[in-house]
Amino acid sequence: MLDVAVKHAFKGFALDVAFKAPPGVTVLFGRSGSGKTTLVNAVAGLLMPQQGRIAAGEWVLLDTAKHIRLRPHKRRLGYVFQEGRLFPHLTVRQNLAYGAWFAPKSAPRADMSRVVEMLGIGPLLDRRPAALSGGEKQRVAIGRALLSAPKLILADEPLAALDDARKAEILPYFERLRDEVSVPILYVSHSASEVARLATTVVALDAGRVMAHGPAATVLGDPSVRPGGAREMGAVLTARILRHHDDGLTELDASGHPLFLPHVAAAPGTGLRIRIAAHDVILSRTRPEGLSALNILPGTVAEIRAGDGPGALVALDTAAGRVLARVTRRSVAAMGLSVGDQAHAVVKAVSVAATDIGVSGV
Amino acid sequence: MTDWLGPEEWEAVALSLQVSLWATVFSLPVGIFVAYALARWSFPGKQFLNGIVHLPLILPPVVTGYVLLLTLGTQGPVGRVLADWGIVLAFRWTGAAVAAAVMAFPLMVRAIRLSIEAIDPKLEQASATLGAPPLWVFATVTLPMALPGILAGTILAFAKAMGEFGATITFVSNIPGQTRTIPSAIYAFLQVPGGEGAAVKLVIVSVVIAMGALMLSELLARRVARRVGGA
Repeated sequence: MLDVAVKHAFKGFALDVAFKAPPGVTVLFGRSGSGKTTLVNAVAGLLMPQQGRIAAGEWVLLDTAKHIRLRPHKRRLGYVFQEGRLFPHLTVRQNLAYGAWFAPKSAPRADMSRVVEMLGIGPLLDRRPAALSGGEKQRVAIGRALLSAPKLILADEPLAALDDARKAEILPYFERLRDEVSVPILYVSHSASEVARLATTVVALDAGRVMAHGPAATVLGDPSVRPGGAREMGAVLTARILRHHDDGLTELDASGHPLFLPHVAAAPGTGLRIRIAAHDVILSRTRPEGLSALNILPGTVAEIRAGDGPGALVALDTAAGRVLARVTRRSVAAMGLSVGDQAHAVVKAVSVAATDIGVSGV
Repeated sequence: MTDWLGPEEWEAVALSLQVSLWATVFSLPVGIFVAYALARWSFPGKQFLNGIVHLPLILPPVVTGYVLLLTLGTQGPVGRVLADWGIVLAFRWTGAAVAAAVMAFPLMVRAIRLSIEAIDPKLEQASATLGAPPLWVFATVTLPMALPGILAGTILAFAKAMGEFGATITFVSNIPGQTRTIPSAIYAFLQVPGGEGAAVKLVIVSVVIAMGALMLSELLARRVARRVGGA
């Protein structure tokens, strides 16, 4: 259980945030300037807020009412920074061991060889950070945080400095962290696909305040919450792999409704989270015939929210789960759509990018 | 070798090495502390401290030596207190070491300060979030990463101490076997007829020691840079 309440006023910017989150990954989601990094720094103790309480379960890091303000080095955190911040004068092995050195002797320790194996950094142990690629550095940084026996892992946009291929390389390790390590994770991101794949809980921030928070599917399926802007909107479906077909498609079961996607490299039975970008969804009043799109999800219109421009977001509750569609206001009017109407969401199989599919672990 | 240098010259060489070594060893911890304070902390009077540290670099050395004599001499305010404790600096080799240390200090602090400023404070933050208390952050991140600058500063200070003349001769005079370092000895030899031979020998010794120190520092710096750079 993560319990965060922070108030801090700067010149021209005020942070006033409060949320509670269950175990797992809590993602702070918002565009730059929304206060994400300020909040994470407050959790890390690099910034002492004027007022607040921060606790991970029983472990209280800050409670201004009780005059508890732990110094950063006493907070028992594993902080994965955006730029890795490995110590250049130490080898990978020494970097990994660094945090463990300062952890209390009684702290439950992650096994070094298991962490090394999980992150695939065995061959790098005797190298120095300068000889590592960006993705390798970030994997070592994750290992270093994990091995410091943390009570809470912080990750501040750990993928932002990496190219798409490296991102695809690192994201699965965070999924494994979420599913295999019991330490709560506070993860900062402005990328919708990272949020969709990782978040147990989403805390959407805007201008220093919480816009919405709750389970990932709920927050991401709410058309009124758009921390990344309308382009970044997209709901999350959870599904399970049924079988792989000979023609390269993978058939999924989303709450009883079949979904077809390009080949997903995972075994049948694996649970998945799939982000369906709102601008990839077409709406139809009647069930379309003779259409190339493979996925047609019937449902009920739950909400219509017009944007400032020509666009509108339509939330459709389908058998597979909540889907968001970004269409034009003109289309909404032409179709005569209103809340409660029946409609079909059309999703092209190939429009779902591999980076929008993650394992869900449960 | 012993025949090549006469006993008087030997005395000067040994004394110079002794004075410079003590001057460097004792000012190093202070130099690191001051460099760190100037690089990382902000406090009232920071510019004043910076000025004081750099003053010996710009003042005429004779002035620095005279100020030392006024304050640390047996009649000076600090010197009297030290004399009560049995520490006399004026006209002793220890005083020569103090003069050398004061004159070399700005060079040492400058080199160390630059290398500390080059360290990304984010690495020190990372160390703290991993549980390192402030002193450990300093010992395990700041100090090893500043090592090239500390080495350079140390060697530079040593070389400066070996060559220090003006402040030394003003503060502790030119007493054979007590305060007559190589530069003072060269000066003294040049004052007497037929002293040129001894002076040239000491000049050669000076050049050899200075070159040796420079090459050693280059070698060490390259080795450290390889380690820190990780290539």
